[in-house]
Amino acid sequence: MLSVKHLIDTTSLTADDITQILDTARSFSEVNKRAIKKVPALRGRTIVNLFLEPSTRTKSSFELAEKRLSADSLSMGGATSSVVKGESLADTIETIDAMSVDMFICRAKLAGTPHKICEHTDAVVINAGDGKHQHPTQALLDLYTIRENFGHLDGLKVALVGDLSHSRVCGSLVPALKTMGAEVTLVGPPTFQIADPDYFGVPQTSDLDSVIADMDVVYMLRVQLERMEGAAIPSRREYNRLWGLDMSRVDRMRPEAIICHPGPMNRGMEINADVADCARSRILAQVNAGVLVRMAAMYLLLGGENNGVSA
Amino acid sequence: MAFLLRGAHVVDPQVALDCVRDVLIDEGRIQAVGEDLARPAGAEAIDARGKYLVPGLVDMHVHFRDPGFEYKETIETGSRAATHGGFTDVATMPNTDPVSDTGAEIRYQIDRAHEAGLCHVRPIGALTRAEKGESLAEIGDMVVEGAAAFSDDGHGVQGAGMMRTCMEYVSQFGRVAIAHCEVESLTAHGVINEGRASTRLGMFGWPALGEELEIYRDIELCKLTGCPLHIAHISTARGLELVRAAKAEGLPVTCEVCPHHLFLCEDDITDTYDTNLKMNPPLRSAADAAALVEGLVDGSIDCLVTDHAPHAPHEKNCEWEIAFFGTIGLETSLPLMLTNLVGPQKMSWSRLVEAMAVAPREILRLEPVRLEAGSAADLTLIDPTATIEVTPDYFESRSKNSAFLGCTLTGVATDVFVNGRRTLTDGVVTSQGR
Repeated sequence: MLSVKHLIDTTSLTADDITQILDTARSFSEVNKRAIKKVPALRGRTIVNLFLEPSTRTKSSFELAEKRLSADSLSMGGATSSVVKGESLADTIETIDAMSVDMFICRAKLAGTPHKICEHTDAVVINAGDGKHQHPTQALLDLYTIRENFGHLDGLKVALVGDLSHSRVCGSLVPALKTMGAEVTLVGPPTFQIADPDYFGVPQTSDLDSVIADMDVVYMLRVQLERMEGAAIPSRREYNRLWGLDMSRVDRMRPEAIICHPGPMNRGMEINADVADCARSRILAQVNAGVLVRMAAMYLLLGGENNGVSA
Repeated sequence: MAFLLRGAHVVDPQVALDCVRDVLIDEGRIQAVGEDLARPAGAEAIDARGKYLVPGLVDMHVHFRDPGFEYKETIETGSRAATHGGFTDVATMPNTDPVSDTGAEIRYQIDRAHEAGLCHVRPIGALTRAEKGESLAEIGDMVVEGAAAFSDDGHGVQGAGMMRTCMEYVSQFGRVAIAHCEVESLTAHGVINEGRASTRLGMFGWPALGEELEIYRDIELCKLTGCPLHIAHISTARGLELVRAAKAEGLPVTCEVCPHHLFLCEDDITDTYDTNLKMNPPLRSAADAAALVEGLVDGSIDCLVTDHAPHAPHEKNCEWEIAFFGTIGLETSLPLMLTNLVGPQKMSWSRLVEAMAVAPREILRLEPVRLEAGSAADLTLIDPTATIEVTPDYFESRSKNSAFLGCTLTGVATDVFVNGRRTLTDGVVTSQGR
C-alpha cells in the first residue's frame, strides 16, 4: 500500500512509496515482453483520461498502461470537450463523477488542477502534468530508468539542464531524486532559472561546462517553446552553443554516465541529433519505463497488492 | 432620535481622550461628552459599559462593483457589509463598468448610497479615461460632483509621462492621487509572489520589484508635481522603506495596508490552491508581513484599508491561475485588528483609531470627526470581547470570498451611528431609510 490516496506530486511520496512503485513497475516489465500484453489486474475498473492540454506520449502511455491492466478507459479533453465550451472544471468533474468512475488521469495547463479535481470526486486522481507545477509519473519513469542503469539511486549525481523555470519535470523530479538520496544540480541560463532554488535545497548554475564532467546523469530538459512568454534567450543557435548537449560535451562526461530527456526533443537545440541517438542515451528506455510505472501507479492506487502479474 | 451612550470607554487621540465617558448625540451631532450626563426626555439610553466608542471607522479602499458587476456587490449590499463591519465611511474604487470617469458616474454612486441610507460612500474617480492610461479623465467634473480622490486602481498608470500629467492636473483640486503600483511588464502573467511560493506551486511570479519600482517612480513624480500621493495596498518591506524615506524628506506621501498583507503570507498558500488567497498585490513573505505590522504600529503606514474585492463563487471555484484576484474584507477588518494587534497589546487603541478613522479622513480631505460636542455623530461602538465565527453566513456582502473563512475572531463592532442615526444595532444592520 502507498501512503497516499492520489498521485498529485512527488513531494508527498516517501522513499518506500517510490521503491514500491519502481519494484511493481519492474514486475510488469515481463508483461510488456509477452506476445499477449495483458493482465486482468484492473478488470472492471473505469479510468477517465482527462487531457485538457495537448499531449501525445503521456496520453498514449497512460492509455496503453490501462489496456494492459484490462481497465475500461475513456479519453476526453481537447477540442471536443465541454471545457472548451466554457464549462467550469468543477462541473466537468462532477458530471463525469456522476457516471461512477474509479480514477481520473489529468493533464492540465493550469497548476493545481489535479488537486481541484480531488475536491469534486471520490475517485483516485493521477496528475499527468499540471502547468509548470508537477508531473509525477514522468519523475517516476526517470527514476526507474536511472535505477535500471545503475542498480541504485542514492549517491548519484544528476544535472538537470535547460528550461528549469517552465518545467514541471524539474518540479517533480528534483524532490523525487532527493528523496532517493541523489545529488542534484540545476543548470540553465539565468532567464530560465527557478526563482528560489533554496526551496529544493539544490545548487543552480548557468555554467554547464563547469559541472558536466562530474555527473552520472545529464538530464536535458525540453525548451518549452510553447511556454516562452517574452523572449528569454536570444536564439536557438546561441542556446545550443552554451547549453546544448553536443558530442564534445558528451566526450567530457564520465565513462559510465548516461543521458536522459523527457521528450519531445528539440533536436539541434537542447540536444544534438547524434547525441540523442548515441549509446549513452536512455531516451527510449525512458519511454518504455513510462508504461511500466504508470501501470504500477494505477495498480497500486486502485488497491492492488503483491506484484500484479499473478492477480 | 437622540441617544445617550452611557459608560463607554471613549478613545480619540485628536482630543486626547482615552477614558470612560457618557456621550449624548442628537440632531446628527455630538451634543455632549462628559461624566454622568443626564438623559434628556426622549433620548434612548444605551448601556455601553465594557465597550469602546470611537470616531466612525473609514475604509478608503473598497470595490462595490456597481455599476456593471451587480452580481458580485452593489452599493446597497456593500453598504450593508461596511455597516456590519463597523464603518461609517467607505471610498469606492472606480474600476466599475463603465469605469467611474465622469461626474455622472460619481453622482450615480452618491445617489445610490443615499438610497441605501447606511454609510457615507465617497467615490474615487479614475485618473484616466476608462483607466486605459491614455488620456485624462474628467477629473474637474468629478470634483464638482463630489469625488473624494483619484486613482486607476486595478492597473496603475503604466506610462510615467501620463502619470505626471495626471498628478499635475489633480494637484489644482486639493485632492490626493492614489497609486496602484504595478509595473505590468514585470508582473505579466504573475499570479503569486515570485520566490518560494511561485517555485513551490509552479506558477508565474509577481515580483516585489514590480510594486517597488512604481512606488519609487510615483514618489519622484510627487516631488516633481507637488501632487499629494497615496500609495495603495502596500505589500513589501522595501516599498515601505521608500515611503518612509519620502516622508522623512517632507513629501506629501501617505500609504495604506490591508489586513491580509499583515496577517497572512505566501506560506499560507498550500497545495490546495485556495483561490481566496489570490490577490493583487499577492501575499508576500513572512518577513514582509512582519515589517508591515511594524510600520502600521509605528505610524509609517498611515491607515488600514481592506481592498474589499467581492467575486462570485464561479470566479473563485476554479483553477488558481484563472481565478479572479481579491478577497472581501469589510466585515473582518476590525475583528482581525482587535484579535491580532490590539488584544495582544501590540497596538494601542489610540493608534487603531488613528489608522482606521482619523488618517483616512485626513487623506481624503473629509471633515474630521472628533469625540467632542459639535462634531458629526459618526461613531462606532465596539465590544472587545465578543467573538465571531467567519463563515459564509456571517457576511452581509453579496460575495463570500474571504481569505479568513474558518477563523474565530475576538472583538467586533456592535453599533454604528451615521449622522446620529443608528445604522447598526447590537450587530444587526438597521435599514430604517432616511
